[in-house]
Amino acid sequence: MGDLVLHLDNINKSFGGLSALSDVNLHVEEGTTHAIIGPNGAGKSTLLNVCIGRLKPDTGKVTFAGEVLTGRQPHEIAQLGVARVFQTPEIFQEMTLIENVMIPALSHRDGAFRLNAAELLSRQGEVRDEAEHILEDVGLKDMMMVEAGSLSRGDKRRLELGMCLILRPRLLLLDEPTAGMARHDTNQTIELLKKIKSRGMTKVIIEHDMHVVFSLADKVSVLARGQIIAGGDPQSVREDPKVKEAYLGGAQ
Amino acid sequence: MTNTKKPLLNDTFVVIIFAAAILAMPIWLDPIGGNYPDLLQKFAIYGIFAIGFNILFGLTGYLSFGHAAFLGVGSYAAVWSFKLLTMNVLPAVIFGVVFAGILAAIIGFLSLRRTGIYFSILTLAFAQMSYNLAYSVLTPITNGETGLQLARSDPRILDSLFSDGSVGAGLPSTDLFGETMSGYPGFYFCAVLLIICFYISMRIFRSPFGLMLKGIKSNQNRMRYTGLNTRPYMLTAFIISGMYAGLAGSLLAVTDPLAGAERMQWTASGEVVLMTILGGAGTLVGPMLGAGLIKYFENIFSSFDDNVLTQAFSFLPDSVVDFVVPVVGLFVGSGWHLTLGLLFMIIVIFLPGGLVEGFRRIFNYFRSGGKTKPQSVEAHNQAGE
Repeated sequence: MGDLVLHLDNINKSFGGLSALSDVNLHVEEGTTHAIIGPNGAGKSTLLNVCIGRLKPDTGKVTFAGEVLTGRQPHEIAQLGVARVFQTPEIFQEMTLIENVMIPALSHRDGAFRLNAAELLSRQGEVRDEAEHILEDVGLKDMMMVEAGSLSRGDKRRLELGMCLILRPRLLLLDEPTAGMARHDTNQTIELLKKIKSRGMTKVIIEHDMHVVFSLADKVSVLARGQIIAGGDPQSVREDPKVKEAYLGGAQ
Repeated sequence: MTNTKKPLLNDTFVVIIFAAAILAMPIWLDPIGGNYPDLLQKFAIYGIFAIGFNILFGLTGYLSFGHAAFLGVGSYAAVWSFKLLTMNVLPAVIFGVVFAGILAAIIGFLSLRRTGIYFSILTLAFAQMSYNLAYSVLTPITNGETGLQLARSDPRILDSLFSDGSVGAGLPSTDLFGETMSGYPGFYFCAVLLIICFYISMRIFRSPFGLMLKGIKSNQNRMRYTGLNTRPYMLTAFIISGMYAGLAGSLLAVTDPLAGAERMQWTASGEVVLMTILGGAGTLVGPMLGAGLIKYFENIFSSFDDNVLTQAFSFLPDSVVDFVVPVVGLFVGSGWHLTLGLLFMIIVIFLPGGLVEGFRRIFNYFRSGGKTKPQSVEAHNQAGE
C-alpha cells in the first residue's frame, strides 16, 4: 500500500468542560478510503473541522503530505488540496449549477488573489468546459441552468461533491455524504465515490450507514466519546466486541 | 437544452442604449420638467455614486454606511486641485479618485475584518469621524463650516504658467481645455464619465472577479473552503467602490467648485443606500434609476407649492380643490420626503428587487400573454426542456 499521507497526532479538543476529542491519533494511507464511524456525539465532525481549519485543536497537530495544517487559514488548507463535503450542503443557493461549479474552479486558480476583473466570464471556456464535465460526472449536467436552491437534498449533496472535485483535491473529507438520502440515491452516490476512488485521491469519510461504509472503505476507525476505540480493515472492525459495545451501549 | 444562457440583450447593445438614453436626457426629460443643467448634472453624478456603491453592496452584500466620506474626500481633493494647480477639471477628477481610493483602502482594511451589521457600523463610524474631523481638527484643509471655496488669490500654479498672469474679474470657472464646465457642457462631461463608469461596472459584473464576489455574498464559508482568500477580493471591491464615490464627489466640485463637510454626513451615505435599493441592488441599471428617481423627487416634487397644485386641479370644482390641495400638498413641496418614504416602503415590501424587478415582472407579464407565472418555476421549466 501507499505511504501515510494524513497524520493526526495527539489531537485534544474540548468545548468548555466537555471533551470532544481526547488524544486522537489517526494515520491515513495515500489513495485509500478511510471511514470514521461512531455513535452520535462521538466527535466525528469535530475531527473533520480540526482538519480543515474551522476549529483549532487545543493540543496536537494535523499534517498532510508534509505540511502542517494546524493554525493555517481555511483557504490556505484548501489551496494545499484538502476539500470537504459538509453535512448540510454548503452551496451557492441563488446561483445556477454551472456557476456553482465554476466558482470553485476559479478560486482554485486565482484564490491567492489575482485581479481578474478585466477578463470576461464568457471567455473562460476552459473553466466552463471543466465545470460541465464535472457536472456530467455527478449526473447533474442536464440541470446546469437550474438554480441550486431548488435542488433536492440528494442533488445538493452531489452538487457539493462536484464543487469539491473540480478543485482536484488530494484529500477529500466527506461528512455523511448519504445522510437523508433514499436507498436509490445512496447507491448512486456510492457508485460515484467508487468512480472517483480510481483517481488516486485520499478520502476520509464519516458515515452512519454501514452499507456505505462496507461498500467503500479500505480502513475503518471507530470513534466513541472522543477516542479511537478500534481500527483496521472493515471485516475485523465489524467483529470487534468493543465496537458492538459502543454502538449498542453495552446491552449485550 | 441549450448550453449557453442567452441574455436578453447583448452587452455592447446595453451600453449603446444606456449611452443614448443618458446623452439624450435633455430631450426626453424636457416634457416632465427635468431638463435643466443643474438637475441633469446631479442625475449623472449620483448615478456614478450609486453604480459604484452597487459594486460593493450589490455584488458582495456588504452594506457600507460610510460612502459619503469618499464623496466628501473627492470634493475636497478636487477643490484643492482647483486652488493649487489649475482650473482644468481633469487633474481635479484624478485627484478626487486617487484620494478617495486611498481613504477607501484604509477604511476598508479596518472595516472588512467584520461582516454584516458590524461592518456597516464600522463604516458609519469612520464616515462620521471624517465628518467631525472636517469640522474640527482638519479646518485648515476643509475650511470648517464655511466650506472650501475658491479665492482670487489662489496660486493655481499650472494656470499661471500658461497665462500672462493677469487675473480676470471675479472667480475663474472650471474648464476642460477652454470649455467651461457649467451648464450643459458640464452635464455632458459628467455623462461621458457616467457611461464609462457604467461600462466598467458591467465588465466587473461579467468577470470572474464579479462572480467570485457574488460567491462571497452567497456563501462566504464555501468560498473559503474552496481556497479563496476573501479579504483581498473584498478590499479591492471596496476600493473600486470608494473610487467611484470619489469621482462623484470631484464632479460635484467640478460643476460647483466648493466643498462642505455636510457632504460627508451620514444622511448622504443613507441616500446612496436608498437609491441602490430603490432601483434594484445587484442589477446593472437599477442604481442609476434609483439615483435618477430620488434626485428628480428632490428637485421637482419639492418645488411644487399650493399655487402649482391649485392650477393642476383647476378642472375640479372649487370645493373639491379646497379639499384636495392641502391633502396633496402634504406629499409635495417640503413634504416630498413623505412621498419618497412611502415609495421606498412600497418597493421594499412588494418589490424587494427594486424598480428593475418591477419592470422585469411587467415584461414577463406581457411576454407570457397576460398569464403570470412564478419566475423560478418558469426558469426551471425552460432549463429542463
